[in-house]
Amino acid sequence: MKPSRLPSLGFVYYLGIALLLYLPILLLVIFSFNNSTVLVFPLKGFTLKWYGQLSQNGELLQAVRNSLLIGLGSSAVATLLGAMGALAVVRYKLPGQGLFTAVSALPLVIPYVILGVSLLLLYREIGIPLSAPAAGLGHVIISTPYALLIIASRLVGFPDNLEEAAMDLGTSYWGALLRITLPICSPALLAAFMLCFTISFDEYSISSFLVGTDNTLPVYLYSQLRFPARLPIVVALAAILMVLTILVMVISEWLRRVGQTPARKVEPL
Amino acid sequence: MKHRGRFAALIGPPSLYLLLFFLAPMAVMALYSLRAGTLGAARDVFTLDNYRLYLANDNFHRLLLRSAGMAFAIAVLASLLAYPLAYYLAFQAGTNKVLMLTLIIIPTWTSYLLRIFSWKLILGSNGVLNSLLLWAGLIREASPILLYSQAAVIVTLVYVWIPFVALPIFAALERIDRSLLEAAADLGCQPWEAFLRITLPLSLPGVVAGFFFALIPTLGEFVTPLLVGGTSGMMYGNLIQDQFMRALNWPMGSVMSLAMLAVVLVLIFVLTRFGSLSDLAGL
Repeated sequence: MKPSRLPSLGFVYYLGIALLLYLPILLLVIFSFNNSTVLVFPLKGFTLKWYGQLSQNGELLQAVRNSLLIGLGSSAVATLLGAMGALAVVRYKLPGQGLFTAVSALPLVIPYVILGVSLLLLYREIGIPLSAPAAGLGHVIISTPYALLIIASRLVGFPDNLEEAAMDLGTSYWGALLRITLPICSPALLAAFMLCFTISFDEYSISSFLVGTDNTLPVYLYSQLRFPARLPIVVALAAILMVLTILVMVISEWLRRVGQTPARKVEPL
Repeated sequence: MKHRGRFAALIGPPSLYLLLFFLAPMAVMALYSLRAGTLGAARDVFTLDNYRLYLANDNFHRLLLRSAGMAFAIAVLASLLAYPLAYYLAFQAGTNKVLMLTLIIIPTWTSYLLRIFSWKLILGSNGVLNSLLLWAGLIREASPILLYSQAAVIVTLVYVWIPFVALPIFAALERIDRSLLEAAADLGCQPWEAFLRITLPLSLPGVVAGFFFALIPTLGEFVTPLLVGGTSGMMYGNLIQDQFMRALNWPMGSVMSLAMLAVVLVLIFVLTRFGSLSDLAGL
């Protein structure tokens, strides 16, 4: 290969796709500073008023609160269930595992509309009222597989004789899990928790069937998309959220990398 | 057996959760599909009428077929666009490849709804694309023809899926033993020939994974068609959503969902011939 100063064709292609991927986000950020209620070019001048109006919007703040609550709740449950499932799958070879791994990975590939309506029917059948927490129960189903996979890939990275050693020294199995396994897995647990949180926080399809009269942030955002006059405020909120989500995810990715000793392959699920 | 007890204590709670909030809802849906009344109110009636009506309605099948076609087109386009990207990152990007891959993934961490909505701004009559075409003199007056069409849904969803499809392809390309390519070159194989006979076949599991991971969720998509598709861009997912939220014919909605679930399960079965779901996900 001869060295050349021209960027390679591959790099140009990469740059093109990257620009395309960032274009819609960039557009929203630009409009969030635009002094006009209509989101069209040409721009009308710079303003921060949409950001100022954010804090006065009670409905929106309530939606943010709901989303935070079910996000934290559903990710905590999903991380716990994922950790238990990961331990069962990685540390044991017993009948029942195959069925569990097959079923637990299914929500990764079932369209959300089906999960949403089937939960709606279940809730109606057994009389669970529709609410934001009811939607959170659905979020656990879609985020648990991700938590399980992240934690499992950490568990295969260190041998279980550490747990055995602790038990030889007198602690119970559960004590060993709590005092040996938990600390070793904590970066993976945190990464799983954060990924689950962002899944829940951004989830619209399932929530739209289950929230009833409550709002989550995506459900509120969607309802606002029909009122052009309120759009700039929504867009300002979106700009803030994008920055926050990117921060959370960068930290979560970093934790995942830190938590992973030289990769050994995950036991096939 | 101590081991069995511990195993049961660990696998019990996640299994119970799956049973209660994943499998039970599917069973309830199957039950509803046999009921009568708009909200499935007649609990004691068991009828196959909903299935009969469903099977007799050509519009439903046409929409399911069209949605499958759109999802197929979207998955093909996303795979075709993602492959060179993954190839560049795996083979040519050098030491920065992880950072460059992360840069491609970052946009997917931002609000799905608003990224879709942003495409409405891009494709709309005062949108970016129209302004650009006007400025370039390619069109004389702005028109919203780009928005509210099947094409708009396809463009938007291809955009959504490119990074997700690139990920498993990249993982598959990374796993390829580079010495195979050297050996091929030593034996007089042209680069394009080595690509066709070594790289491409070995990366196919990643392509298949990416393809299906785009195809299956797209089948059930209803938000994107609502935002950018208009009536002509409507998909099967909209039909289901409509039955539950507006027409309120829940038994019929259940039949429609089960029909889609059947299609999806067949696709998952085909997919798992290539490897386990979690392996394919590249997680």
